[in-house]
Amino acid sequence: MQGNDDMNQMKTADAAVPEEARGLDIHAHADVSNYETTGDPLLDNPKMSARNVNVYYGEKHAIMDVSLDIGGNEVIAMIGPSGCGKSTFLRCLNRMNDTIPICRVKGDIQLDGEDIYHSRQDTVLLRARVGMVFQKPNPFPKSIYENVAYGPRIHGLAHNKIEMDEIVENSLRRASLWEEVKDVLDKPGTGLSGGQQQRLCIARAIAVSPEVILMDEPCSALDPIATARIEELIDELKERFTIAIVTHSMQQAARVSQRTAYFHLGKLIEVGQTKQIFTNPQHELTENYITGRFG
Amino acid sequence: MSNETYKNTALIQASLKKRYAREKRFQWMGRFAVFLGFLFLFILLFDIVGKGLPAFTQQYLLIDLDLSADALDVAPDADAEALSRANYAGVIKSSLRDMFPEVKSRSDKRMLYRLVSVGAEYELRDRVMADPALVGTRQSLWLLAHSEAASYLKGQVDPNSPEAERRVKDAQITWLDQLHADERTKSGFNTQFFTAGDSREPELAGIRVALYGSFLTLAVTFLLAFPIGVCAAVYLEEFAPTNRLTDLIEININNLAAVPSIVFGLLGLAVFINFFEFPRSAPLVGGIVLALMTLPTIIITSRAAIQSVSPSIREAALGVGASKLQAVFHHVLPVAMPGILTGSIIGMAQALGETAPLLMIGMVAFIMDAPAGVTDPATVLPVQVFLWADSPERGFTEKTSAAIMVLMGFLIMMNALAIYLRKRFELK
Repeated sequence: MQGNDDMNQMKTADAAVPEEARGLDIHAHADVSNYETTGDPLLDNPKMSARNVNVYYGEKHAIMDVSLDIGGNEVIAMIGPSGCGKSTFLRCLNRMNDTIPICRVKGDIQLDGEDIYHSRQDTVLLRARVGMVFQKPNPFPKSIYENVAYGPRIHGLAHNKIEMDEIVENSLRRASLWEEVKDVLDKPGTGLSGGQQQRLCIARAIAVSPEVILMDEPCSALDPIATARIEELIDELKERFTIAIVTHSMQQAARVSQRTAYFHLGKLIEVGQTKQIFTNPQHELTENYITGRFG
Repeated sequence: MSNETYKNTALIQASLKKRYAREKRFQWMGRFAVFLGFLFLFILLFDIVGKGLPAFTQQYLLIDLDLSADALDVAPDADAEALSRANYAGVIKSSLRDMFPEVKSRSDKRMLYRLVSVGAEYELRDRVMADPALVGTRQSLWLLAHSEAASYLKGQVDPNSPEAERRVKDAQITWLDQLHADERTKSGFNTQFFTAGDSREPELAGIRVALYGSFLTLAVTFLLAFPIGVCAAVYLEEFAPTNRLTDLIEININNLAAVPSIVFGLLGLAVFINFFEFPRSAPLVGGIVLALMTLPTIIITSRAAIQSVSPSIREAALGVGASKLQAVFHHVLPVAMPGILTGSIIGMAQALGETAPLLMIGMVAFIMDAPAGVTDPATVLPVQVFLWADSPERGFTEKTSAAIMVLMGFLIMMNALAIYLRKRFELK
């Protein structure tokens, strides 16, 4: 049960590899060998569930025994210091880690009760159901329209031009980008501002109507105003989608999420209602991080 | 503290002069290098163009011809068959004798005949056969001058130099001067240079076979090397597992790019001509050999271009559920295309200028008729340059430079096409 299909061979340059894979020694300090996740990581009726997930980059043990449920229509935030494994964990949820040749994933991850690492699981279908928004806005170097229409087109979701136009418009509206770009749909997506590009990427992700959207520090490259817009957007999107967001900003986690998970050195230290995590953290490491003693 | 700061400032200031001087020196060295490069390029171009330009003009002599049936040695009502075998050379010779009646000795006569190209008789034949009514008339016709006479008329021969050192003799110079004084000489654009094949006579030789041959050979090369090279690059870069075997393949591709081109010629001779029995001297075999030679260049540059595509684009495509093939073909390749085209054009330019491997497969033959297809015998531009540069006749010197100019024109057109295509891909 490893991510060992053809995707495994795809080479990616350093920029795309989570920081854990780049040779940071995550065992450098702090003893977390004896631990148990504080709080309850499990839910009754989860959308996605991860059990005893371990991830290795070659010899490096990047994620240790993480179990976490993600509920339907909730926003769950994953926080923690650099190199704690939160991005790696997120990328396990749509098997994006398969693109890193040296990465091995062990454990059990389910989407609606189905094992996503099963050998019969198709990654194309999985990624259509679990979309992703990346840290750096990465629109295709094509027109704005093409950017949004690409997903529906390869999956054959629209039968004609009218349906496609509708999908594009709805996706852009939901990403609250429509008003800004409706007259320049044929202009390249790379010509937009950073915040607009990121909303375009969100529109592109929701155009294929996924059930879960993974966001990997979606605002880290944006200014505060653009960040605020994305956060509003996340709030609206949770009506339709389940959202898992990795963020370095604790304020952001506090603003957008219902539940928060704190990762430290590859381990899931604490999970709980966002309010409780930020006002009354149970674990010492969580408290240290939230109060800014390290991170 | 402040004292120390002051001391540092003094130290830095002391070193500044040296640093700036070094920078200045380097800049001047760079400028000199650029200047030197341009100087050599300019000298080279100036030399080639200076030598080659006269080849684009041809010299003609106005000769009074007696086209009587008698002189032509045919019956007055001769049919086309008889006309094609009439004695045109004799007509030209006797006409020349009539124009210069003072020429008596055999050797002088032979020199006199050498004023007119041997091609003139065929030209005359074509004209008479096209219009049989000319038989029995007297005509003043412009006939192509012999290359030696032409070189004098073009001012390439110094009449004051010792007679033994030049091909145009004093007597010929006298005659040519006389013709020139009678306004019986003219020069015109050398269309034949582009419409004729090779010839032993410099004034008749043309570049058409080589031009067609180069075009057909490069077409075969491109059609083979580009798709195969790009496919190999995509596979190796995106799909192939990283293991000993692929490392070995990579090393070998890099080595292949450094193999002397004549080795590919030997391979082509052994495999395609001797084993598969493909026709000799054909653009097909030439194209295959050059494709083999060009492949490593295209593969290496294409891989570099694919590698330089931001991985975030791949992730974006995979993230919306594109298969790997879709991610590569819809997103990675279009972005990499400008780089791939640049590499391909470098490879093709290399192939265009290649001579050695083509000598091995017999594309060095003397060919007069332009190839109609890739299996007809042909030669290519650089081989034609080689052949002409090797010829002893003086007239071929300018042909050589002219052929080089055509070769460079071909290259510029190819590059222009590549730049146009690259711009189109970059705009999208």
